[in-house]
Amino acid sequence: VNRQAQAVVMLLLGAVVVKASLTDTYLRYVKHGLQPLLIIGGGLLVAMGALALWYEVRDLASSTKDSHHEHREPRVTWLLVLPVVALLLVAPPALGSYTAAQSGSILAAQSSTSDYGPLPPGDPVPIGLLDYASRAVFDQGRSLRGRDLQLSGFITLGPQGQPMLARIVVACCAADGRPIKVGLTGNIPQGVPANTWIQVIGGYTATTSTDPINGAVVPYLQVSTWQQIDEPAEPYDQ
Amino acid sequence: LGYPHDVSLTSPAKESGSRGVGRAGSVEVLAALLLLLLVIGPRLTPFVSAARMQAWTTIFIAVMIQAMPFLVFGVLLSSIIAVFVPAEFWAKALPSRPALAVPVASVAGVVLPGCECGSVPIAGSLIRRGVNPAAALAFLLAAPAINPIVLTATAIAFPHDPLMVVARGGASLAVALIMGWLWLRLGRADWIRLPRRPEVHGGSKIRAFSEAFRHDVMHAGGFLVVGAAAAATINVFVPETWLRSVASARVLSVIALAVLAVLLSICSEADAFVAASLSQFSLTARLVFLTVGPMVDLKLVSMQTAMFGRRFSSRFAPATLLVAVLMGAVVGTALL
Repeated sequence: VNRQAQAVVMLLLGAVVVKASLTDTYLRYVKHGLQPLLIIGGGLLVAMGALALWYEVRDLASSTKDSHHEHREPRVTWLLVLPVVALLLVAPPALGSYTAAQSGSILAAQSSTSDYGPLPPGDPVPIGLLDYASRAVFDQGRSLRGRDLQLSGFITLGPQGQPMLARIVVACCAADGRPIKVGLTGNIPQGVPANTWIQVIGGYTATTSTDPINGAVVPYLQVSTWQQIDEPAEPYDQ
Repeated sequence: LGYPHDVSLTSPAKESGSRGVGRAGSVEVLAALLLLLLVIGPRLTPFVSAARMQAWTTIFIAVMIQAMPFLVFGVLLSSIIAVFVPAEFWAKALPSRPALAVPVASVAGVVLPGCECGSVPIAGSLIRRGVNPAAALAFLLAAPAINPIVLTATAIAFPHDPLMVVARGGASLAVALIMGWLWLRLGRADWIRLPRRPEVHGGSKIRAFSEAFRHDVMHAGGFLVVGAAAAATINVFVPETWLRSVASARVLSVIALAVLAVLLSICSEADAFVAASLSQFSLTARLVFLTVGPMVDLKLVSMQTAMFGRRFSSRFAPATLLVAVLMGAVVGTALL
């Protein structure tokens, strides 16, 4: 790999990262808070790539240089083309039902000691999947009873093929993404393919089951109505 | 389709002796590769659309993107220091008694942010400028693990376990001190064989800065791609039940993550995010991962061999691995 090619790769990598962070694409991979760092970091890569390229082009024009051009660069630097290509051409979707089916529900790992205050006003009141599951399991649903709740997530199929509501919870980036799963009773969405995003309105039920993958408790939700929605811009549970 | 592309990929390396042709070749190959992918890209989509491949690619990109700003800031700072702070400064700043220079050099790592790829050449140049090897090696081990950028990344990666930052700093500092003092007792100067390399940069300081930045970003970035791909592979292809059975065994899980740290060769600015993703493992096992990773891994051992010689690295790397695993386990058991 030579210096000009490296400078071009730096430029490209910085440019695709800046591009991804100016659209919502970056939210498929990392959390919202990283956006300023991504723009600055990507911008620096573009600037340094341009500077390096400028020196190389100037050298080429003046053709007085060379002493240090003999040093061969290791080929591992070529690999940086891969993330450029992957982001530019594939830009894979956020983790979804495949990950949810492969991994155990995250609730087992959570050792929640915080006390659960009352839900905010609203009818129905929007609530995250992890919040619902924690309140249902660790607080015996005390703060949930008698409320109409609105949850959104994607459909994933349980061990017996029954539809469940799931969302991926991310602590840092998608590499640590783990699903939170909620079982459905009542007006269960039938015939909805996995990975379809839906919004559900329903209420707390004391029914639970266990996730066969890791033995985590899976709380249930009594569904009254549901509708299909678009995948939200921030696909991961906050 | 793959065949001519493979041939042209190897040609720049072969021709690097006759540089005019080789240099142009590399850029052309890159351009051709990108054009080719733009043309056949849409046809690749069904191939990549298998859910497992998609998840792999998502995680691969996630690790790359999450690590990228930290890598860039780290390389930026280490390039500034490498170019604008004279090497003699470090020789003057260190105490003349080697036993004292070791802790001072270790702590100096705090103010010299950079990932491990950056600290290998810095340690080499410190030894060249007359710094005691024990102090330079303590610096080499400490700098990538305990500098503010790496510790900040660790804090971000473990938002619910703030003690992880303390444990990582403490365990890494302890390994650097032990290895430095061990070198004073057992090390022999003739194990280290520095390459005779003329200082090349004839140009301006900005130019040297640009070169240092390009070199470090591309090398560390290249190895980061390997690490991100390995992390994604383990994440997607190794069934969770396997990892759980390893992760539930106390000693085995520590050894498993130490081996993983050596194999993955992830840059220290990014490894905390990978460690966070290995959430089946205990915090102690993941601390061992974070302690070993910046000190001993495949890319570091190869860089150390290139910089200090085989006789050095064949002794130094295994000893460091052992001390790092022990210290990580001890500190993790005590703190986490």
